[in-house]
Amino acid sequence: MEEKLTLFNNRKRFGIEKNIDILFKNTALVMSCFVAIILLGIILVVFFQSFESFSRYGLKFLVTSEWNPVKDEYGAFTAIYGTLVTSFISLLITIPLGVGTAIFITEDFVPKVFREIIGSFVELLAAIPSVVLGLWAIFVIEPFFRDFFVFLHSFFGWIPLFSTEPTGRNSLLAILILVVMLLPIVTAIARDSLNQVPRKLRNAAYGIGASRWKTIFSVILPAALSGIMAGVLLALGRAMGETMAVTMIIGNSNTFSLSLLSPGYTISSMLANQFGEADGSQVSSLFYAAFVLMILSLIVNIFAQWLVKKFSLKY
Amino acid sequence: MNSLYYQKKLSRNIGDKFFTSLSVICALIAILPLIFLVIYILIKGGSQITPELFTLEPNPPGDDLDAGGLNPALVGTLIITSIASIIAIPVGVGGGIYLAEYSKGGSFSRFIRFGVNVLAGVPSIIAGVFIYALIVSTKILFGSMYSGLAGGMALSILMLPSVIKTTDEGLKLVPNELRYASLGVGASMYTTILKVTLPSAFRSIATGVVLGIARAAGETAPLIFTALFSYYYISGFGDLLYEMGSLAVLIYNFALEPYDAQNKLAWAASFILVLSILSVNIFSRVLAAFTEKTKRV
Repeated sequence: MEEKLTLFNNRKRFGIEKNIDILFKNTALVMSCFVAIILLGIILVVFFQSFESFSRYGLKFLVTSEWNPVKDEYGAFTAIYGTLVTSFISLLITIPLGVGTAIFITEDFVPKVFREIIGSFVELLAAIPSVVLGLWAIFVIEPFFRDFFVFLHSFFGWIPLFSTEPTGRNSLLAILILVVMLLPIVTAIARDSLNQVPRKLRNAAYGIGASRWKTIFSVILPAALSGIMAGVLLALGRAMGETMAVTMIIGNSNTFSLSLLSPGYTISSMLANQFGEADGSQVSSLFYAAFVLMILSLIVNIFAQWLVKKFSLKY
Repeated sequence: MNSLYYQKKLSRNIGDKFFTSLSVICALIAILPLIFLVIYILIKGGSQITPELFTLEPNPPGDDLDAGGLNPALVGTLIITSIASIIAIPVGVGGGIYLAEYSKGGSFSRFIRFGVNVLAGVPSIIAGVFIYALIVSTKILFGSMYSGLAGGMALSILMLPSVIKTTDEGLKLVPNELRYASLGVGASMYTTILKVTLPSAFRSIATGVVLGIARAAGETAPLIFTALFSYYYISGFGDLLYEMGSLAVLIYNFALEPYDAQNKLAWAASFILVLSILSVNIFSRVLAAFTEKTKRV
């Protein structure tokens, strides 16, 4: 008995091992805190850097479109308008395309192998760097659509959106490239949420005599709606922040125009273009624009997460 | 009697046909860009590939005859991506371990997971702006402004959320029995994690991390005003503190040049970048499908 007890005592965990255990846990804790620190750091740093511009222009910055480093006058309306318009219109085009593709992948129109191949094709599209898409847009897409834009202008020129003579790079090209970039996001998330709809619902709909598309429209899509909405919002966030491809193809002009066929600007392309060479209060104004972009994408992202949390446990 | 047969002309059947073809068209439109893009890059970029491309420096624009090679950009991309990985992988895996193994699903872990998702949604150019304000403009890194090191840091901010997420999700898939068994034979928590749970989740974590690295290698926006660009060979560790070129920034800069030779170099760089990113993606996909099959058997 005595002997066994000493053996047990010897087996007691060494103090050093206990300390390592605690150290390990705390290191992991600190590392998980890094995310919060970086996030907070980004918000604070961008806010404080923009402070000078913020106190000088206030909210007027958001509604004036003068951007003149010589006169030291700054307003980001053109860029903010461009950001919102390009991302919303590209999203409007992407949603039906992406959801349609997702339905094609989740229904059994063709054998599973083909559907999986198409699914991974779309996902691979997401892996292409945006700068390569920009290069492709400049040298392939722009020449390809040039005649189409001229046609668009000559027939629909009375609509303000197409009211200017197309000259090379313009907002509509940026929208097209954004569609290519958003498609994988919307498709992947829509596919996942469609797959999560229980088989029972589909069978019940078939059982009472609904046709396939009646089932899709009245049962499956409504059930998957919250997931799809969250995916759409994530895509919207991505579209607003997307920089390289848009910068390369949008034409980078700060002159405000309603027409999509004229060169435009987005916040991110303004940052990419001017940040390297800016000095003085221009830097602060650029930070202000960056702050606006960040707030926009934060709102969209947080809303998307709220949506996922709120509706994900329905079935 | 007739009503038992499939009737083509019924409005519901016509509608079904219509929507089915519509979704087929959607799927075709969705895969067209990838096919065209890959074909273009293979033809336009692949035709530019020569051995000299990997050894020469790029020539500054203006000389329309010969654009030189990609060596500094290629090495720069490797270095900057490695710096980002060295920072993001330990921190991300550590954070993921805490979330999956230690936190009990309380408000702290919910807050961190929320933060991870929000950080993943922060536009990549904002990461560049942040590092510019924090490191480039303050010259905090030994008095150097634009540097490869700063570029790597900006990229690591983008990699971090994806590494944490894959670690967290990979560890969550490890069955609890393994943990109980290890703790039951007297292993401490950190031995359990390092020797049992991490190894058994290794493959899924590694796949996610490699995909994250591949994505970071193509990121441009965080680099254009942190690492900037350089035309010169990278010769030693000291060069980490100076402007550093990368394939992505080279494509951006040279695509906007009016010279044909520079544009061709941009296509060649895209060829290398896209081919390596796609092959990493396809390889990890095949590997994942393969392991899934063996698991099922």
